[in-house]
Amino acid sequence: MSRTVRSSVLVGVLLLTLALILAGCGGGGEKEEEKKKEEETKKEEETKKEDTKAQKGGGGGTPGQIAVEGSSTVLPITQAAAEGFNQQNPDVQITVGGAGTGDGFEAFCSGDTQIADASRPIRDEEAQTCEENGIEFLELAVAQDGITVVVNPQNDFANNITLEQLGTLWSPDAEGQVDSWNDVNPEWPDQPVNLYGPGTESGTFEFFTEKANGKAKESRTDYQASEDDNVLVQGVSGDPNALGYFGFGYFEQNQQQLKALTVDDVAPTVETIQSGQYPLARPLFIYVSVQALDENPSVEEFVSYYLENLNQFVEQALYVPLAEQSLQETRQRFQDRIAGTDPQSASAGESKEQNAKEKEEKEKKEDTKKEEKKEDTEKK
Amino acid sequence: MATKSGTQTSRKGGPEQGPLFQSSTSARHTLDRMFAVLVFIATMIGLVVLVVLLVDIALDGLPRLSWDFITSYSSVIPDNTGIYPALLGSLWLLALTGIISVPLGIGAATYLEEYAPDNWLTRLIEINISNLAGVPSIIYGLLGLGIFVNLLGPITGGQTIVAGALTLSLLILPVIIIATREAFRTIPGAVREGGYALGATRWEVIKAHLLPMAVPGALTGTILALSRAIGETAPLIVVGAATYITFAPESPLSSYSALPIQIYSWVSQPQPGFQIAAAAGIVVLMVVLLLANSVAIWLRNKYQRRV
Repeated sequence: MSRTVRSSVLVGVLLLTLALILAGCGGGGEKEEEKKKEEETKKEEETKKEDTKAQKGGGGGTPGQIAVEGSSTVLPITQAAAEGFNQQNPDVQITVGGAGTGDGFEAFCSGDTQIADASRPIRDEEAQTCEENGIEFLELAVAQDGITVVVNPQNDFANNITLEQLGTLWSPDAEGQVDSWNDVNPEWPDQPVNLYGPGTESGTFEFFTEKANGKAKESRTDYQASEDDNVLVQGVSGDPNALGYFGFGYFEQNQQQLKALTVDDVAPTVETIQSGQYPLARPLFIYVSVQALDENPSVEEFVSYYLENLNQFVEQALYVPLAEQSLQETRQRFQDRIAGTDPQSASAGESKEQNAKEKEEKEKKEDTKKEEKKEDTEKK
Repeated sequence: MATKSGTQTSRKGGPEQGPLFQSSTSARHTLDRMFAVLVFIATMIGLVVLVVLLVDIALDGLPRLSWDFITSYSSVIPDNTGIYPALLGSLWLLALTGIISVPLGIGAATYLEEYAPDNWLTRLIEINISNLAGVPSIIYGLLGLGIFVNLLGPITGGQTIVAGALTLSLLILPVIIIATREAFRTIPGAVREGGYALGATRWEVIKAHLLPMAVPGALTGTILALSRAIGETAPLIVVGAATYITFAPESPLSSYSALPIQIYSWVSQPQPGFQIAAAAGIVVLMVVLLLANSVAIWLRNKYQRRV
């Protein structure tokens, strides 16, 4: 008896689950239609009611919730900020993802996240997606990183390498051709050179190949690649003929096992990276949705907390803090809500005029908002 | 090679008795012993690798493991970091994935083995399921992103535990289906025929005899499948599991992180303290895995004894 009862219970549960799932799917269609209708009516009412929009979509997100997605390089900085912010505001729920700069922009420009971490400036086509979805963004530089070219400490002949030599060594043409130190610099011995570098998905790879080979993502492929920079550190420190490149933080943490080369006679140090004198220095960014700032008070508070204590977070994450002037610039951009890409950053170009237009439009809005903000800050 | 010729000799020598059989006795016994040693080594290699792995991780991770580590949130300071939200996220994922995939998998297997007519459609489904079992997990992640996160976003809430669990369910369904079908096939036809002979319907035979007999085999497949699911990183990153999260997930519609993602994130940090934290995280993952497996094994034994 009991066996039949139990097995029929088992089967019953099975059927019930199936039914539930089917019901869920069926209900889904209806809900979606409802949502579409909602959105349509929303568009009509948009001018009247900004508040409802903040609840769903539009890049604003739900108050009390902040979603960040993007570069795993920038993640530790944002994580440090989120950790600090959460101690003061335990009710705000923050998620930080590290899927990569490209994925970060994709989620950001479709309104799924309010902030994107990026280890490179936004590309034109990505910015276009943002524009199509009506998402304006602030581009805020938060830190500097310096791609460090390292060799094994036993290597006593190589001290400096030029960008041109790096190009010779890493270009796609070098594959199978340049495999001895001698091929790169005639003064160096005729010993094999073993290369270590990040995988092709990494922002570091993209930046380095652009600097060394003149074109992003063009590189020889016959090298030891790893997405995990610690593997590269181990590789170079265990191989007397190795040459590799990765972020400055990984070099700093492993200085005893590695030797950094000067690039074009500039050594990678905090000072040279901060000033941009080091040829492989690059800025790291966060992109913040203007809509989210306007509609979601948590995002506003979070970003201002982030920028207030920026250098502390940057140092915790082992990156090089921004120089005082750049830091002020970033804070200014945030305060004045200067949308669009920085004209100085690499991929900008196209949007100067647009920026100006946007600024005009913004300023109208801003006047009212600034007053509100002043009140806010006074309260604090 | 030695094993192959060994079986061949025995097959040839088997039925033919007489002088040929007698003369090669000692050689055949040597081969037999060699074969035994070979398969013993094959068994031990797996075991040794597992032991080395466990000891290595335990040495690195156990000293770091503490109640604080389990109940703390992730931190940028290596000594303060903890695994709590990721652990909860993984437990949620494990439970939901099990609830979704086990009934579906066993249901599909029951249909394919007991009801489906043998026609081109059934064969097509069978081939598809076998192929799906070999599809790389990141592909399922992309599928999950398209369907559960974007298309069904209004229901699943986008990048939530449900979306992650549904994606993992898709990933492991083929394994569960295949294992359950194998279990059905090992049931002798006489059991079915006996049931039908007594006037039972197909449903009654399945309910009273086949399902209980198939459960142990199905559970074995489920254990393997769920173990795979809990260790997956790639599809979860794609469907939006967070690397850092300031809160513990409270419902299936929460954002979440998961153990393998947290571990991966720690491993790739430059500070050595995080590598130790990663080892401790792996110990936690292993414990969760072993606990989940022992529950499944306990269930399996319960059913096995009853049948």
